[in-house]
Amino acid sequence: MSHPILTVEDVSKSYDGFKAISDLTFYLFSGELRTVIGPNGAGKSTFFDLITGRARPDKGRIEFSATDADQGRDLTSLNEYEINRLGIGRKFQTPSVYVEHTVWNNLVLSLKGPRGVFASLFHRLSSTERDRLDELLKLIRLDAKREWKAGLLAHGEKQWLEIGMLLAQEPKVLLVDEPAAGMTDEETHRTGELLLSLAGKHSLVVIEHDMTFVRQIARDNPVTVLHQGHVLCEGKFDEVQANPKVREVYLGRGKHGTR
Amino acid sequence: MSSPVAGRHFLRSRHTEFILVGSALTLLGVIFPVLNAHGLMSDFTITLWGKYLCYALLAISVDLLWGYTGLLSLGQALFFSLGGYMFGMYLMLLIGPLGSYAKAGQNPAGLPDFMVFLGHTFLPPFWRPFHSFSFALMMVFALPGFVALVFGFLAFRSRIKGVYFSILTQALTYAASILFFRNDLTMGGNNGFTDFKFILGYSLVDNDTGPATMRGLFVASVVVLLLVCLGCHWLNGTKFGLVRQAIRDGENRVLFSGYATAHYKLFVFVAAAMIAGIGGALFVPQAGIINPDEMTPEKSIEAVVWVAVGGRGTLLGPIVGAIGINALRSWATHAYPDSWLIVLGAIFLIVVLFLPGGVISLPSKIAAFWKDREKSSPAPTSAVSAAATKPAPDHA
Repeated sequence: MSHPILTVEDVSKSYDGFKAISDLTFYLFSGELRTVIGPNGAGKSTFFDLITGRARPDKGRIEFSATDADQGRDLTSLNEYEINRLGIGRKFQTPSVYVEHTVWNNLVLSLKGPRGVFASLFHRLSSTERDRLDELLKLIRLDAKREWKAGLLAHGEKQWLEIGMLLAQEPKVLLVDEPAAGMTDEETHRTGELLLSLAGKHSLVVIEHDMTFVRQIARDNPVTVLHQGHVLCEGKFDEVQANPKVREVYLGRGKHGTR
Repeated sequence: MSSPVAGRHFLRSRHTEFILVGSALTLLGVIFPVLNAHGLMSDFTITLWGKYLCYALLAISVDLLWGYTGLLSLGQALFFSLGGYMFGMYLMLLIGPLGSYAKAGQNPAGLPDFMVFLGHTFLPPFWRPFHSFSFALMMVFALPGFVALVFGFLAFRSRIKGVYFSILTQALTYAASILFFRNDLTMGGNNGFTDFKFILGYSLVDNDTGPATMRGLFVASVVVLLLVCLGCHWLNGTKFGLVRQAIRDGENRVLFSGYATAHYKLFVFVAAAMIAGIGGALFVPQAGIINPDEMTPEKSIEAVVWVAVGGRGTLLGPIVGAIGINALRSWATHAYPDSWLIVLGAIFLIVVLFLPGGVISLPSKIAAFWKDREKSSPAPTSAVSAAATKPAPDHA
């Protein structure tokens, strides 16, 4: 098996005595699409916070290696923007787009390139960059609304815009937190197709609650179930669904685990 | 119904806004001095307007931080005063033989009067380079910039945001005012600097040549304001301008997109401090005085009110707000000295409650109102007016 692009080993994180993450071990392999599910409070968002530098683990190892040949790069000593520059992009649970900027400018700001103050003062969009933006706009189906203020988009469109912003960064790893939240069934399905098409070229971790959606994107890909801050089990969607422990803590609750 | 396209500000685009600001200022810079030179405008009035323009620079500095970057600084008057003090030191040293003690033959060392009064016998070493105009001018930018750099570095590195940032900036200016009130700082204590006589060899007080010097200072204020507006206009069109506004609207997203937001905020904070500094430097010779009252927190908060009333996040708003409120103050403190503060408070409340985009959003509000009445259709205008309150820069 190839070398993991993301290594999380024996990581713990407590907030005021509450163990949000305890002894979590998780590997993400290059090109993989991994779905992470778990009941509320299972530590899913904290897990992303730890990888992206928003929170520091109390103990454990978090490493990133872009290629097999790479030595793992320790992420626990880096901050948010340094980790992002390594090639780890994150989509938040609530769509976070720049509401006062146009759709186009939202993408301009996300486009891969130098991020320094002085570089931004003298940056001019090249034609390659414009082509890339046009391509992205078509992909996220916001071509006709490129001059709209992002704040005026519908909820689902904002989610798509944020996915587009993530793709504009050309990250190696995409961490996607509940991409289908607030979307119609059709939009959800399309989002699933998009994420599936990204796997291979990118490595993805998707947190999701919607079981129909998880079934769609999981296919033969592994699913990780988090519970009380550690991995309860990992496997194919059907195996996970059949697991009695999982049924007990998660799937059994409510009707079919949907929100 | 208009399409919900961004940038539908009443001036239609930021370029139109800039052309309007630029031509209005140019006209002001030509007409007022001409009127004054021909005796059609009093010396008092042109100097008063010169001071308004300096306040406009302070307002732009507040707007750069608050309107464009989302950092509400309640201490910008500190940088304005620091710039003023730096230039004031140069002006103090030019008084020379015209000072009261010198006239009485009691000032052999040629010190500023307040030093003689306090019993100093020689000029403190840090005062000496201020004999040079260029050094003073450099310090007008360097000192506010340096203070902002140190304070900003510490604040932004520690990720101090929102109301905590506002409180700290207020504490900073308050602390500085206490420091400047002290006589042993040798910066004039509570009287500050006053009684200036010359600038660059031109008399500020001579009955014949003084008015021409004041006209020159007025034109200099117009030119500096124009240059600052040009700089802001250019910045709004760069990717930097986009990043800055994105920080205002969602700093996390910017941070997680690989931008070191602290660096951007620091850059804006230092630039804003320098703009306030040059505003203060131009203010001092025109007002004829600088003292620590200028750096009390009230002064900074007042500047925030100008920006809120004018319209934040725009180029025109802070200028309109600073000139409008100060002109109103000049009139009201004269006509209704007891109720001026109530008037100011009422204006602020009305704008906050009914005109969140400031007075410069009034034309678009009225236009939208008439459109509604004509059509008397239930079509919602919220999208249009939301787009009208803040202009989005178009990135080339």
